Amino acid sequence: MSRPDRIAEAFAQARSQGRAALVVYLTAFDGGREHSLACLCAAADAGADVIELGVPFSDPSADGTAIQAAMVRALAAGATASGVLELLAEFRRTHATPVVLFGYTNPLLRLTQATPSLVERAVAVGLDGVLIVDLPPEHAALLRAPLVAANVHWIGLSAPTTTASRRAAICADATGFVYAITLRGVTGATLGGADEAALAEQLAALRASTDLPIAAGFGVRTPDDARRIARLADGVVVGSALVEAAHRGTAELAEAVAALRAATVR
Amino acid sequence: METPAPSATPGTFGRFGGRYVAETLMPAIEELADAWSHARRDPEFTAAIDTILAEWVGRPSPLSPARRLAAALGTDARLWLKREDLNHTGSHKINNCVGQVLLARRMGKQRIIAETGAGQHGVATATVCAYFGLPCVVYMGAVDVERQQLNVLRMRLLGAEVVPVTSGSATLKDAINEALRDWVAHPVDTHYVIGSVMGPDPYPTMVRELQRVIGREARAQVLAAAGKLPDAVVACVGGGSNAMGIFADFLDDPEVALFGVEAAGEGLAGRHAATMSRGREGVYHGMRSLVLQDDDGQLLEAHSISAGLDYPGVGPEHAHLFETGRARYLAVDDDGALGGVELLARTEGIIPALETAHAIAALGEILRLLEERRGPGPLDVVVNISGRGDKDMHTIAARLGSRGAP
Repeated sequence: MSRPDRIAEAFAQARSQGRAALVVYLTAFDGGREHSLACLCAAADAGADVIELGVPFSDPSADGTAIQAAMVRALAAGATASGVLELLAEFRRTHATPVVLFGYTNPLLRLTQATPSLVERAVAVGLDGVLIVDLPPEHAALLRAPLVAANVHWIGLSAPTTTASRRAAICADATGFVYAITLRGVTGATLGGADEAALAEQLAALRASTDLPIAAGFGVRTPDDARRIARLADGVVVGSALVEAAHRGTAELAEAVAALRAATVR
Repeated sequence: METPAPSATPGTFGRFGGRYVAETLMPAIEELADAWSHARRDPEFTAAIDTILAEWVGRPSPLSPARRLAAALGTDARLWLKREDLNHTGSHKINNCVGQVLLARRMGKQRIIAETGAGQHGVATATVCAYFGLPCVVYMGAVDVERQQLNVLRMRLLGAEVVPVTSGSATLKDAINEALRDWVAHPVDTHYVIGSVMGPDPYPTMVRELQRVIGREARAQVLAAAGKLPDAVVACVGGGSNAMGIFADFLDDPEVALFGVEAAGEGLAGRHAATMSRGREGVYHGMRSLVLQDDDGQLLEAHSISAGLDYPGVGPEHAHLFETGRARYLAVDDDGALGGVELLARTEGIIPALETAHAIAALGEILRLLEERRGPGPLDVVVNISGRGDKDMHTIAARLGSRGAP
């Protein structure tokens, strides 16, 4: 394969530095295209190892209030799925940080029927992976094969409720890394007093099912949360808290990312 | 007694349907599908449903001949009204709620959630929960809370918590999103009573089967009264549960034409809820179906004078029946629906829900279509009167008042 596997490199580099990779979620176009681009650059410069770029959707039924609000702002600012990929192309001129599209099926499904197609655009702009919230293994065929054939990673998604047989199917499909959802609920919950033992058990079961890096998230808001997760997983995903920081400004975002990055050291 | 889903893959209708939900929900969906597939074959479970429907809901509902309506339409066809408006709580919605809440109890669920648009499904769910003493949370768009105050009061009187939803367009689709978010957070102890033949499998099939009682009764009643199968069955379609319920027992009778009537709102060129006429294939609310969406795959806000049809998607089995041509779908606009309310009120002494009025208003066109292929015998047409119009009196008064009638 001719494309660099930036995701594998990012996790390997973090591991060699004795820390978990910091995976930063930002909703594309939140605050408009220019602000969104500035936020991506600020997050990468402040130490994000992987960026999950949220594709705005009118009906984000798996997201909590912070990301819902970001999507409303982004759509009002003219966000489209194709626009998100153009934003990524612009980011790629200055940064090599791996980027995963994070979103819902419908906008990406539309793009598969467009010219150029989703896969052609993904390859052209240097997209590293795709993570679709509402496309379980049963239906992955709708989008997966052409992306994987083009070396765009298909990120697996595992939940606390996932059964052993489902976990096997998820890991069989996954490339790049597997995202372990740490809590029941939508994005933006708080990790708080989450049951550490249950979480460790969930991650151990996942570890036994795949050789891919495992990034854990949902409810990770503070450096303390990140420190807890960094001990258990290869990567720490932070979403809503950084979406809120990005809404306040790029300086606030950079500061929050740097603090989280420091907390990923084991 | 049941027609198998018209597809080899369970939970799909052709390529429509499926389970497009977040991974956190998949185990709950699998648990529900498993519980449903056992329960539906358990004679004790189906007998428990039948008993409640008879003793408490008031089933069977009558099939009323509509002679003055036929005369007003200038037809010699025999029109038959399936009277779901006479059910407890005033619509067909309660048939589904009784079955799903009984199933939830059987599964050991301790909490019921539901979404509602017009409030009919919310009221029906709250009513059944009160009957069984189960806590009930109903998500309702803030816009709908405002325009359906009476139903909000009814739900609260019945002990349900009504949660106004302010996200998105603050209507039915957003209430569904919020109910899904609740369910993702409480997948173990909570059952989500979806109110129509939509959402992820097993809901489209399960809700159709729980509404099949409409078609089963109607079929026996029309055979007894007319001595033959009807030439056509007509129902309004939002998500499509009253239509799938009455269609279900006629699907295997090719001589029975099936007509669904959706909401053309302010007209198909403007704001509407005509998913069949104007929707495109998409993935939404857990299912692959026809959806009102823009070129970027974002959902469009639906509009209809009837809150119950104000939904930008449609049940996947309807999308399949539309594509295969087994059912035909027409669209009636807001003014047409108001005309339908007046027509049925004046000719038959029945004030239908605005949703139902769309089906009444389409009868003229449907009768013309039927005349084209008519045989020598009498024409018989069954119309599902899915609900009564009490809830809509404010809307009806405002609109009829503004045009100076009657």
